[in-house]
Amino acid sequence: MRLRAIPAGAWIGLAGIAAVAICAIFAPLIAPYTDRQIVGGVWEPASARFLLGTDNLGRDLLSRMIYGARVTLAVALAATILSFGLGILLGFAAAVSGGLIDAVLSRGNDLMMSIPTLIFALVALAILPKNLFVLVLVMAVLDSTRVFRIGRAVALDVAVMDFVEAARLRGEGPLWIIFREILPNTLSPLLSEFGLRFAFAILFLSTLSFLGLGIQPPAADWGGMVKDNKDGIIFGISAALVPGAAIAALVICVNLVVDWLLRRTSSLKGGRGDG
Amino acid sequence: MPSQTAGVRRGDRHPLARLVVRRLALSIALLFAVSILIFGGLEAMPGDFATTYLGQSATPAAVANLRAQLGLDQPAATRYLDWMAGALRGDFGTSWASRGPVSEQIGQRLSNSLFLAGVAAAISVPLAILLGVVSVRFRDRAPDRIINLASLAAISLPEFFVGYLLILFFAIRLNLATFPATVHEGMGLLERLRVVALPVTGLVFVVLAHMMRMTRAALISVMSSPYVETAELKGLSALRIILRHAAPNAVAPIVNVIALNLAYLVVGVVVIEVVFVYPGMGQYMVDAVTVRDMPVVQACGLIFAAIYIFLNMLADIIAIVANPRLRHPR
Repeated sequence: MRLRAIPAGAWIGLAGIAAVAICAIFAPLIAPYTDRQIVGGVWEPASARFLLGTDNLGRDLLSRMIYGARVTLAVALAATILSFGLGILLGFAAAVSGGLIDAVLSRGNDLMMSIPTLIFALVALAILPKNLFVLVLVMAVLDSTRVFRIGRAVALDVAVMDFVEAARLRGEGPLWIIFREILPNTLSPLLSEFGLRFAFAILFLSTLSFLGLGIQPPAADWGGMVKDNKDGIIFGISAALVPGAAIAALVICVNLVVDWLLRRTSSLKGGRGDG
Repeated sequence: MPSQTAGVRRGDRHPLARLVVRRLALSIALLFAVSILIFGGLEAMPGDFATTYLGQSATPAAVANLRAQLGLDQPAATRYLDWMAGALRGDFGTSWASRGPVSEQIGQRLSNSLFLAGVAAAISVPLAILLGVVSVRFRDRAPDRIINLASLAAISLPEFFVGYLLILFFAIRLNLATFPATVHEGMGLLERLRVVALPVTGLVFVVLAHMMRMTRAALISVMSSPYVETAELKGLSALRIILRHAAPNAVAPIVNVIALNLAYLVVGVVVIEVVFVYPGMGQYMVDAVTVRDMPVVQACGLIFAAIYIFLNMLADIIAIVANPRLRHPR
């Protein structure tokens, strides 16, 4: 692939994601203070000492943003990878094996999807203990229903193609067919789906944290920081908007990249380029 | 489906009614399955739950005590049947936190939430269709690109961010709207509308982009079919093609999009209600989840799921009625 063929929007998206990733990886080196250290007064305005001001407890907002990038990015990525692995595996298995396995998996999936994701998550989080592992698991399982559908549909599409038939006649096993024949040929649509799911995971995690059900304090994550600082809004203090804007910017960046991947997928298929 | 063809062969004069009834039955079955899922989730970890509720340091006696007090020591099937029978009569039991009946709390809050979602729907549906048509009419030109970019940005914004932006600018800086959005019984309609103006704006903003993008996609998939190309080649004007040729075939998918988004709207109220401190179902449910007040969580979960399933069913039935091809599944 030529680098010049990548449109400007996608470059902006990639740059944005890279910037957040660098903040996340090198957080202790970049951040001026640690995320839990109380260094000033409550809700101090932006100054040379605190570039973004301080939060509701007098912690440096910029430092918390940088450490928050770490938590938000890591948890969203973990949930996305888990949900993707689960959804693709079950979706491909359903498509390849067909029959009863397909019917049971598909109907179970329909049942899961008939409850709105947020409501399902609220019910699940009310029952399960509050910890990071449970949070990632709930996010991943709920989101894997979408991936399952895509994975199954895409695999069904490819499974009837001649080269898969040829592999079958050659006597290859189902694992070979899934990983060597189907997966490489479905990579492009699946990649853009991964981006979409990642964007959704960031928003979902932030929403749960904002509602007080996601990452628990004192750990910093962007959604939780909005919750921490929301009472300042009434006094005209915009500290809550900074992490909110960061979430929005990150998701826009991911969506810009996805948009480009989707366009690329449809132009690979040929045809009228839309539809 | 064999039963379908058999019905037609027998001279069934109401294939449509048959399909609609079947879809209805499916929804009811689905709702029961969901109720078992919502109720059964708690059963999957009965011993654990009392511990989770009390915290790790609880004594075994306290755990056993709590289980007896909450009725958790009864067999699960008995409690499910009791709960379901009550729910069908509109009785959702007693809240663990407030010790009051759940239904009393929910009644007022449900109508508050539906009011909020209804006003938002009345504004966003016509606006979304208009923007969708404009975007297809000027496809790949400036208006389409602007709408497309704006909607891409809009779906990327978290609901709470939109909400607090609105509050900061319209309620605090400009002092045009009221915050928090408190409504109470005996409030006049106009007064009520004035109070919900800001939350409704937030909701509209959030669903509009989704609805508009789906409308655009539905219209475009119709627009790329061969008969539209024929109309183009005949030299008809773009607006005439959209209105006379594309629109009749796009009605079913668009109505479908709208019903799906109304379902989305019903869930979207949860975050918006928390942001604007609006006394609706969503806020009630979130509060209950925080303190693990299970009867309230289960009641709210069931009601949200029921509304969602109902709207999805409506979307399917409208699609079946509007599109004759769906009436004769092969």
